[in-house]
Amino acid sequence: MPNKKHLIRPYGDTLNDGKVQISFSLPVPCDALGEEAAKQTALKMGIHNPAVVHSSPLSDSFSFYIVYGTVEHQIDTNALHVVEVDSESMSKEEVEQYIEENFNAPLVFIGASTGTDAHTVGIDAIMNMKGYNGNYGLERYKGIEAFNLGGQVDNETLLEKAIEYQADVILISQTVTQKDIHVQNLTSFIELLEAENKRDQFIVIIGGARINHGLAKELGYDAGFGSKKYAFDVASFAVQALKKKQVKIKLHK
Amino acid sequence: MSKLHLNQLQIKACRDSAEEIASQVQSFIDEHTTVSVERSILRLLGVDGINDFGVPLVNVVVDHIKNNADLSLGICHYMSYAIHDLKSSPQEISNSISESKLSLSNYKNSAESPYLSDLTPYFEETLITIDKMRALRKEWIERTPFKTTPNKYVIVATGNIYEDIKQAVSAAKRGAEIIAVIRSTGQSLLDYVPFGATTEGFGGTYATQENFRLMRKALDEVSLGEDRYIKLVNYASGLCMPEIVAMGAIERLDMMLNDSLYGIIFRDINMKRTFIDQYFSRVLSAYSNIMINTGEDNYLTTSDAIEHAHTVLASQFINEQFAKKAFMDESLMGLGHAFEINPEIENSFLYELAQAEMSREIFPNAPLKYMPPTKHMTGDIFKGNIQNTLFNIAAVTSSQSIHLLGMMTEAIHTPFMSDRAIALDNATYIEKAFKDFGNEISYRPDGIIVSRAYEVLKNAQELLLEISKEGLFKTLEKGTFAGISRHENGGKGLEGVIKKHKHYQNPVIDYFIKSLKEENHA
Repeated sequence: MPNKKHLIRPYGDTLNDGKVQISFSLPVPCDALGEEAAKQTALKMGIHNPAVVHSSPLSDSFSFYIVYGTVEHQIDTNALHVVEVDSESMSKEEVEQYIEENFNAPLVFIGASTGTDAHTVGIDAIMNMKGYNGNYGLERYKGIEAFNLGGQVDNETLLEKAIEYQADVILISQTVTQKDIHVQNLTSFIELLEAENKRDQFIVIIGGARINHGLAKELGYDAGFGSKKYAFDVASFAVQALKKKQVKIKLHK
Repeated sequence: MSKLHLNQLQIKACRDSAEEIASQVQSFIDEHTTVSVERSILRLLGVDGINDFGVPLVNVVVDHIKNNADLSLGICHYMSYAIHDLKSSPQEISNSISESKLSLSNYKNSAESPYLSDLTPYFEETLITIDKMRALRKEWIERTPFKTTPNKYVIVATGNIYEDIKQAVSAAKRGAEIIAVIRSTGQSLLDYVPFGATTEGFGGTYATQENFRLMRKALDEVSLGEDRYIKLVNYASGLCMPEIVAMGAIERLDMMLNDSLYGIIFRDINMKRTFIDQYFSRVLSAYSNIMINTGEDNYLTTSDAIEHAHTVLASQFINEQFAKKAFMDESLMGLGHAFEINPEIENSFLYELAQAEMSREIFPNAPLKYMPPTKHMTGDIFKGNIQNTLFNIAAVTSSQSIHLLGMMTEAIHTPFMSDRAIALDNATYIEKAFKDFGNEISYRPDGIIVSRAYEVLKNAQELLLEISKEGLFKTLEKGTFAGISRHENGGKGLEGVIKKHKHYQNPVIDYFIKSLKEENHA
């Protein structure tokens, strides 16, 4: 029923009680004034009856607060839209079979953690032989050639290598990000692709804890994968997208 | 094998003193009954419901006898005569009394009732239910995967039974093995049990038979889905202690908080009243296979946990003997203790571990109930979570049985659903990570832990000897436990204590005791 509203509020221990818990630091000493400032911060956030349950000094001029309170805001979940990857997720074996049946040459995946990001946990989890949490990485997939460039790779190098290896798919991981630097970095890679007139040559996928499919589409990528996604999720999307694109397609008799 | 090198002779001396203490109180108990014991008997005879003013019929009937006749003969005296003469059921008789259509006062002067067997069919009906519940629980426990680590216990306390159910189901699915519904503030001082499903309580939810039934039903559904039994706990304490056990036995509660000393000290309930009530409660629990939880842990919420650790141990010994007097098997004695040492103290964890290991060694067959930090919890929920982690490590390492999980928001509010999930995740992690840790380690014979256990045991031994000389009533007056003093004729509920007539009859408790004695022999 599209017109019916489904309104929700945060839940503490009773439906609609609106209870929230927040913690933050303030650049003031830990004293009565700081506590009042913490309370006012919460009030301005729209939190009613804020209770500062804990305060502690972080230094002479910084202090930390834990605050509980209630919010009256309601969200109509029926009015929300989320963008999710709509391709079907397949297991490693199914992906391998899909490649065998549909493509006439190995698919080339190249991946890196780009920009200043030195964390390779994410890209390793997807690409390396060992994979993550019992799910093997792309290197172990039959029909896939995977090249993991590691961390702190700049956008230009990534593109250069993608051309050199004749990649079909580019994977970019952004693990730890501060002040939304990942958004700038991801935007400039797409701009680079477009400037070089190479955007259509690759399926470009991003991943990381703070990435989601909606953000990826917004930035001009083909797909985005957040936490709890494994190699088979990424591979499933990529092979189906490549088939749609008619890349290396096997001609059936 | 003893890890702490405890002196078995000292432990035996403690048990001997505790036995002496319990025996002294037991001779008083045996000579008395209470209004709540008599009301429990009515419940076991199938009397239920309330009058137009919301007063339970069991209260109406017992008050009727108390005010118009002589309750010292016991409710069975009157009921058996009435059933025989009127050919009506206890429920019908109670209804008539409530509607003022019937008075039983004329049986006051009748001879010792020759008609006790007329009660049997009504009592048997309840017994069949209790026996069925025992069998069902046993079947479920056998079906539940066996584990060597403690059972994770969490509390729900919204005041609204329907909201409690949502929270309990969420916790059970997250790994909780035991769910307790905490009672509304002040229920322990009510001299009647509220009726029906309730949605308004303060700091907890009223213990009513209907609330028990609703929660048990919800947890049975989760048990089926999870294929492991989720145990349900409530509070058989306060002025209606034995009645709540009767309700719990019928509705298949699995554990009940049951400790007179707690009521005396922290709720100012009259000691005579509650010792008598406790005896009946424990006999009924023993018969129904309901595990009891005792409340020694609470002493440390007011007294210092280092200085008064021995009072906890002494109380555990006393509670053990009271349970034995009620023919209770050791496997049902959930003796309490707690992790309450100030975290600012150096080596606090070692002292905690000493106490936990010591309880485990002294009561090897008891399902010890281990309580989390509360007194030294603050608004700093992040630190609180760490305090709970240390507590969890002590619980798993020392093989506690009932592991009451600490809430990081202990000092702030009754737990949110999410607080409980965080606590369960913490405990589950530690349970896995430390699973066999306790079996891998031994303690230095000259080390801090062993010395501490020795000191606490020695102090408990001295204290128990002193109590056995002075008597428990005098000890309670001195404020030995939790630093709170109570007088034997003070507190609430003394007016409900009645010295038994020489013709007092109670075939109900006689039946339970007979069965328990036979079981113990078998």
